[in-house]
Amino acid sequence: MTAILAVLEQRSGAIRKVSHEVLAAARALADAMGGGTTVDAAVLGGDTLDGVAALGPAGADRVLVAKRGDFALYNPDGYAATLAEAGKSYAVLVLAATATGRDLAPRIAARMGVACATDVTAMGVEGGGISATRPVYAGKALQRVVLSGKPAILSVRPNTFAAGSFGKPGTVADLAVPPFTARVTVKEIKAPAQAALDVTEASIVVSGGRGLKEPANFKLIEDLAQAFGNAAVGASRAVVDAGWREHGAQVGQTGKTVAPGLYIAVGISGAIQHLAGMRTSKVIVAINKDKDAPIFKVADYGIVGDLFEIVPRLTEAVKKVRAEQ
Amino acid sequence: MKVAVCLKRVPDTTTKIVIGSDGKSIDENGVKFVPNPYDEYALEEAIALKERAGAGETVVYSLGGDSSQETIRTALAMGIDRGVLLQGAGSADGFEVAKTFAAELKGGGFDLVLFGKLAVDDYNMQVGPMTAELLGVPCITTVAHLTLANGAIEAEREIEGGIEVCTCSMPAVLTIDKGLNTPRLPSLKGIMAAKKKPLEVRPVHVGVGTLMVSSLTLPPERLAGRIVGEGPDAVPALVSLLRTEAKVL
Ligand SMILES: Cc1cc2nc3c(=O)[nH]c(=O)nc-3n(C[C@H](O)[C@H](O)[C@H](O)COP(=O)(O)OP(=O)(O)OC[C@H]3O[C@@H](n4cnc5c(N)ncnc54)[C@H](O)[C@@H]3O)c2cc1C
Ligand SMILES: Nc1ncnc2c1ncn2[C@@H]1O[C@H](COP(=O)(O)O)[C@@H](O)[C@H]1O
Repeated sequence: MTAILAVLEQRSGAIRKVSHEVLAAARALADAMGGGTTVDAAVLGGDTLDGVAALGPAGADRVLVAKRGDFALYNPDGYAATLAEAGKSYAVLVLAATATGRDLAPRIAARMGVACATDVTAMGVEGGGISATRPVYAGKALQRVVLSGKPAILSVRPNTFAAGSFGKPGTVADLAVPPFTARVTVKEIKAPAQAALDVTEASIVVSGGRGLKEPANFKLIEDLAQAFGNAAVGASRAVVDAGWREHGAQVGQTGKTVAPGLYIAVGISGAIQHLAGMRTSKVIVAINKDKDAPIFKVADYGIVGDLFEIVPRLTEAVKKVRAEQ
Repeated sequence: MKVAVCLKRVPDTTTKIVIGSDGKSIDENGVKFVPNPYDEYALEEAIALKERAGAGETVVYSLGGDSSQETIRTALAMGIDRGVLLQGAGSADGFEVAKTFAAELKGGGFDLVLFGKLAVDDYNMQVGPMTAELLGVPCITTVAHLTLANGAIEAEREIEGGIEVCTCSMPAVLTIDKGLNTPRLPSLKGIMAAKKKPLEVRPVHVGVGTLMVSSLTLPPERLAGRIVGEGPDAVPALVSLLRTEAKVL
């Protein structure tokens, strides 16, 4: 029987949201492969794990769990050894293109002696192999590749595949951990100074640029993000380089690639390198006083005018709508 | 301190992409090529590490055609001691590229091998960790902060919502993120000196692998958006569109 292994992630013992996307993507690929292809989920974590029972309904026929004290934080060599061993029984391995998945997928591939396709935005079946579409050249082109290795290893871009509900319980079993040498140790996870929702994970991103004039005015952006309830704050490189925001907030070619349901660019001109990081967002809104700013070419909706007048008004309007809901 | 850097020649990031006649690669006509931006941070780190150690050697490797010699010279002008061109066609299959580097670096006696976190052309983000696996040495990816003491490495990498602090011993492979340092510009003296530095050319054969490009296309154009209005008075119209048309509110 053909099977896919979806590699899930946990943080502090809780299954991450992106892992539900990975499961749904694996499930859709299993359907495309046909022949009753099944989906197993692998979870590697510490002694306590929450959310495992929800993984069946989220798409897993079987959940394989490896719980160990030294797996609570990411353990590059231990995770890679375990998944390279387990991977032998699967036709496809699907991971998330997160900080962990991007580090882990190539390690598993190298240990198994096969190729891997990273940051994939669509998957399918082509000529006996697995096809994958991935943005290259900073999103300026789409590359379609076919993987003929066994297994085919892919990492999918967050916020690209919608999590689903498959309404059936999965079974739970142990995932065997082979002997391994931990060459790298993750000591701890430090919280960033500006602790907040990460731009790559949020379904709404509100970003500010040099149009805000000075760092203190980012309060306007934070307030708007807050009004949406679940939005992250992003920034252009100009303001990150100026030290107004942390590097982790930078959207664009040398920053992060985001694909939220809604991206709001405030006082950002829309340089090609910024667009590289956000052009695949589902809905884009731009607020800029220059009607010829390039950001308006990619924006679904734009308002031309002074952000200092527009943003507070928008924040109030969003608050009002959400209060009524 | 002996440090190797893998440096890729890539199209300048502002390049307008035109699809080539094979439908699988870009048309390189009129394209300006530059050193991969993340690799420049790796080059700077290698030079600074040797300077701090007061002794050692820095070597730059590039896999590509003859034109990559120019890219290697840029690294030599920055201060890298010598270069090696692995002359051959690269591959979209990062594992085949990693095999080529691993075979070359094995037994080279390097304390550190540095890669960029990703190549801005193929966005693979995999050659570094794959090479490390093949060499059997520790690897930390997307390093934005680095401390070395007595053969021990402590590195910080950014993850979603936090910073992961990692440790390992040398020899090791690191892939470098923006923010680790500020790459120096080649000085005139450096450019002159680079002309005399050794640049070895060694033909290599990169295998076929298990990943094949079937097509390269331009992404669908975003439909032309609309200006909802001017100034704060346009806010109600925008909010209403976000609710009823875009359904994101
Ligand atoms: C190799 C390379 C990599 C790069 N990577 C990135 C990257 O990852 N991310 C990135 O963002 N950039 C990147 N850049 C930089 C990029 O080219 C631009 O310089 C940068 O995006 C500009 O930032 P900005 O839009 O905030 O500033 P500006 O271009 O200065 O734009 C400010 C905008 O604010 C508007 N404005 C001013 N006042 C107001 C007001 N009161 N109300 C409304 N609007 C107002 C202006 O009309 C203008 O459009 C990169 C550049 C290079 C060369
Ligand atoms: N052809 C190449 N020549 C030299 N270095 C390369 C080559 N391909 C990849 N690399 C190195 O591997 C890193 C990651 O590349 P990639 O996995 O393709 O995103 C780059 O930043 C380079 O350091």
